[in-house]
Amino acid sequence: MSTSIEEIEEIARKCRVEIVKMVYRAQAGHPGGSLSEIDLLAALYSTRMKVRPDEPKWADRDRFILSKGHASPGMYAILAEMGFISHEDLKSYRVLGGVCQGHVDMKWCPGVDFSAGSLGMGLSFGMGCALAARLDKSERRAFVMIGDGEMQEGSVWEAAMAAAHHELGNLKVILDRNRIQNDDFCEEQMRMFDIPAKWRAFGWNVKEIDGHNMAEIMEGLDFLEAEENSNGPSILIAHTIKGGGISYMENNPAFHGAAPNDDQFKQAMIELGEVEA
Amino acid sequence: MTRMAATRDGYGQALLDLADNEKVVVLEADLGKSTKSLHFRKAHPERTVSCGIGEQNMLLVGAGMAASGYIPFASTFAIFTERAFEQMRNGIARPNLAVHLCGSHGGTHTGTDGSSAQSIEDLAVFRTLPNVVVMHPCDDVSTRALTMQLADTTSPSYMRTARNKTPVLYDEAAPGLIQIGKGIELQTGNDVAIIACGVLVSESLKAAEMLAAEGINASVVDMHTLKPLDGGLVDALVARCGALVTAEDHNVIGGLGSAVAEHIVANVFAPLEMVGVPDRFGESGQADEMLEIMSLSAPHIAAAARRAIGRK
Repeated sequence: MSTSIEEIEEIARKCRVEIVKMVYRAQAGHPGGSLSEIDLLAALYSTRMKVRPDEPKWADRDRFILSKGHASPGMYAILAEMGFISHEDLKSYRVLGGVCQGHVDMKWCPGVDFSAGSLGMGLSFGMGCALAARLDKSERRAFVMIGDGEMQEGSVWEAAMAAAHHELGNLKVILDRNRIQNDDFCEEQMRMFDIPAKWRAFGWNVKEIDGHNMAEIMEGLDFLEAEENSNGPSILIAHTIKGGGISYMENNPAFHGAAPNDDQFKQAMIELGEVEA
Repeated sequence: MTRMAATRDGYGQALLDLADNEKVVVLEADLGKSTKSLHFRKAHPERTVSCGIGEQNMLLVGAGMAASGYIPFASTFAIFTERAFEQMRNGIARPNLAVHLCGSHGGTHTGTDGSSAQSIEDLAVFRTLPNVVVMHPCDDVSTRALTMQLADTTSPSYMRTARNKTPVLYDEAAPGLIQIGKGIELQTGNDVAIIACGVLVSESLKAAEMLAAEGINASVVDMHTLKPLDGGLVDALVARCGALVTAEDHNVIGGLGSAVAEHIVANVFAPLEMVGVPDRFGESGQADEMLEIMSLSAPHIAAAARRAIGRK
């Protein structure tokens, strides 16, 4: 693997800057879940995804499905880093006619494989991609990122059951376990109990990591790709911090779907090392 | 003697016919024996995906496969397609992925299972989705022909089929006659046009016979495609007949009657009487009994035709 831990961390830092800028410019959007997922996306895209930024519809590409599609600034930021879209395109976030629609959309943005925005749908779509890859006798994989609040949607469990039944070893899920959903902490909205046990009981290979520790993330991605886990679907439960990287957003339900004001924006840029204090 | 057959059998046959296309896949939600996708499953298990009793997952698995170059045909009871409406909306129609959904056992004609199984709103809800083709064919021949054509379309679709047998109206040897989006005038008349779909097409032909005995010449149209509606044909019927009746085993709200009404108010207007389920739920009963208590049978269609003529 040619990309070092430090290099991935720098990609993630740059993505965090873009996430905050996008939401600040639009004065709308979802910074919290974008910041919690971004270390995972940076590692996945820079070291694992077999894709061609100059040929985004390449048929044999790995698929990435951001099921928590409202956390789109994170997706757009990594797509810009990878060269699917330009950094100028990021200014179109939530702007009429822009490639960066409010929620990620495969019809609008190169590199987006699924039109998300309604929770509980991406895992099923990923299962379809995985089945198609198997029929094609292709080695391509379907990676799906889901959120923890999203697991309250019943359809997630329809898909979880079906994917294990069909032994889809090419289906790899990353759970962004940031503990916060729209209204409040997940545990206040709907208690989750033993999440790893739930997935194991559904027939999945399960591993837990710290979703902000790049060394652990790489181990987690190794787990998803491991030959011994190709017998069925696998899930990487990544414990993350909603709003991770911006002090006043961290673990703060208010920044699930709210933009920073001018002072908060300046502070974020200082914390991310973009400007001097 | 008129041959009797169920439209769902035409669907099952079409899937078998399409099997030579290796991109065709079949998705089931534990009702393949009923929707008739089971024949494909038996012949091609490797291209059949059991989704268990999980319609929401089934539709999006189809979306993922369609986005990967496959042509998915998913089926369940019409009533259960409605459970996955938002998956159809956000996951299929919005990105315009050609997933073909078939809802069998539609309408009150499905009979004795009662109101929980009698979808009377499926055509309405799917008609509201951009990009989605909506069809309700009247016999097994046309169902087979229309299903075959779906494999070559680039839009998603919803097709309602029926549980019970109805008269077969088309000759097997009529290639080219049955086309998605083109209504078919089964009988030509000048006094009133009866535009029907599904199980009420044969009832409309019976109604036309009753009217003929009174000296009224009714045109009868099989409008198997509700969306896109064959507006050109409707305009021609308005010009020639000057009075319209629609007939469908579906709530009068939102289905074929609404589609025709939407068209004529924006184009050339004519009196329109809508025969459909009178905005109520069904109950257990035999198919013919259901058509009677829901005011859908041939005498009701004939009465509506007289009313429409009276409003000219």
